[in-house]
Amino acid sequence: MSLIAMQNISVGYGANMVLRNVSLAIEPGEIVTIVGPNGSGKTTLLRLLIGAAAPESGRITQKPGLRIGYVPQKLHIDPTLPITVERFLRLPGGTPRSACATALERAGVPDLSHRQMSALSGGQFQRVLLARALIDEPELLLLDEATQGLDQPGSAAFYLQIEEVRQQTGCAILMISHELHVVMAASDRVICLNGHVCCEGTPEIVSAAPEYRALFGTGTGGALALYRHEHDHSHDETCTHGDGPGHPPADPHTRAAE
Amino acid sequence: MMLDDFMTRAALAGVGVALAAAPLGSFVVWRRMAYFGDATAHAAILGVALALALQISVFAGAVAVALAMALTVTVLTGRGYAMDTLLGVLAHSALAFGLVAVSFLSGIRIDLMAYLFGDILAVSRGDLAVIWGGAALVVGLIAWRWSALLTATISAELAHASGIDPKREQLILTLALAITVAVAIKVVGVLLIAAMLIIPAAAARPLSRTPEHMALTAAVIGSGSAVIGLQAAYALDTPAGPSIVCVAALVFLATSILQGLRS
Repeated sequence: MSLIAMQNISVGYGANMVLRNVSLAIEPGEIVTIVGPNGSGKTTLLRLLIGAAAPESGRITQKPGLRIGYVPQKLHIDPTLPITVERFLRLPGGTPRSACATALERAGVPDLSHRQMSALSGGQFQRVLLARALIDEPELLLLDEATQGLDQPGSAAFYLQIEEVRQQTGCAILMISHELHVVMAASDRVICLNGHVCCEGTPEIVSAAPEYRALFGTGTGGALALYRHEHDHSHDETCTHGDGPGHPPADPHTRAAE
Repeated sequence: MMLDDFMTRAALAGVGVALAAAPLGSFVVWRRMAYFGDATAHAAILGVALALALQISVFAGAVAVALAMALTVTVLTGRGYAMDTLLGVLAHSALAFGLVAVSFLSGIRIDLMAYLFGDILAVSRGDLAVIWGGAALVVGLIAWRWSALLTATISAELAHASGIDPKREQLILTLALAITVAVAIKVVGVLLIAAMLIIPAAAARPLSRTPEHMALTAAVIGSGSAVIGLQAAYALDTPAGPSIVCVAALVFLATSILQGLRS
């Protein structure tokens, strides 16, 4: 069975619909990436999955006892709060030190446990957040734009680490990313979200689909993939935009990927 | 009997408040709630006036109004006004209404200064029981929720992911704040309560490597400031509450300089 499944989820009211009739399911061991423009409801979707928000309608079902690990977007810890990496990892339940050490190793930063959180670099900080999400040996790992603020080599290394984590632990991974070239390389399945699910499928199938071309253009192989979203493109069953929520007002079609 | 000495009672009262203020003050600093603490304290003067008018205990009146004030701000925040605007409106209105209300209490002569600046030298055995009871309640509450509070302070999202409701933890801090304000009125008065919350915690920051360490260090600094401040007030014939705050401020200055030298 699926680890977690959403059926006809809607969030928001009237003109402010954030998500409309979204259905998706995550299977054990797969890497799924959600792409979509700003304001397309990606973060709301993730908040629904971790239980930080509730849908107005629709159903979320999950495998009983599902263990979820969550890597938030860049997190701000006030510099007035002194805390070591290890203490941070042990919150809130007093995780055993050995489990913290294992998690740090899986995240590729085995030597940080006694450093202060406020003294970490951006890349180290994100890996510590990854380690924290790995502590409970999750069956599903959720990443919310986890490489924001990292430079190109930094985020490439981070995604390699994610792939390695999957190989080591076999957990499923759901990530939100703006970095489309990474999406193509690292995902088993891609979901394009824009208030509703526009397109969905394996990267091969999706990249061959006209809907996908319409959304992302053809240059996604390169490091500087262009983000291309045709608001007046022809519609069909798999890709109905209409007056879709979250669509910015019709604007020029080509933007650099953020 | 030891408690017969007013200086001993004053010192015990000061230490009691410092112990409650230390862990709570640490959270106030980490969560940037300093102005929130200040506003809650100012509102408490209205509680004092109401308590005197209704002839109920000042502690109960202060807790009730401080809590009502804190809850109102929590509920209203994000509905049109920024937090600091709301706090400014509510805190100073409550203070003003409180001061006006006190003037209507014709039958009773009230030393208003005692509530604005505290009257630690007049602490009775009964007051001492209230202060230590309240302090124990606050410390117990925070110790009980410590890990959850800390997680919620670091990130609401991470708290959710760990099954912790950040709103509930915020409520617990609000409750602890109201109790602390009420017990501290006698010691430092409503105008200086925020100082007892923030200054020892801020002074402890450069000396600490973990959150627990910071809360404990703040307790030591706060208690020490209370005892030394009282001695100084006695020797120099200065007002007791402000003298305690002055000592804490000097410790803050010292640890800040220490940190400056280190980096």
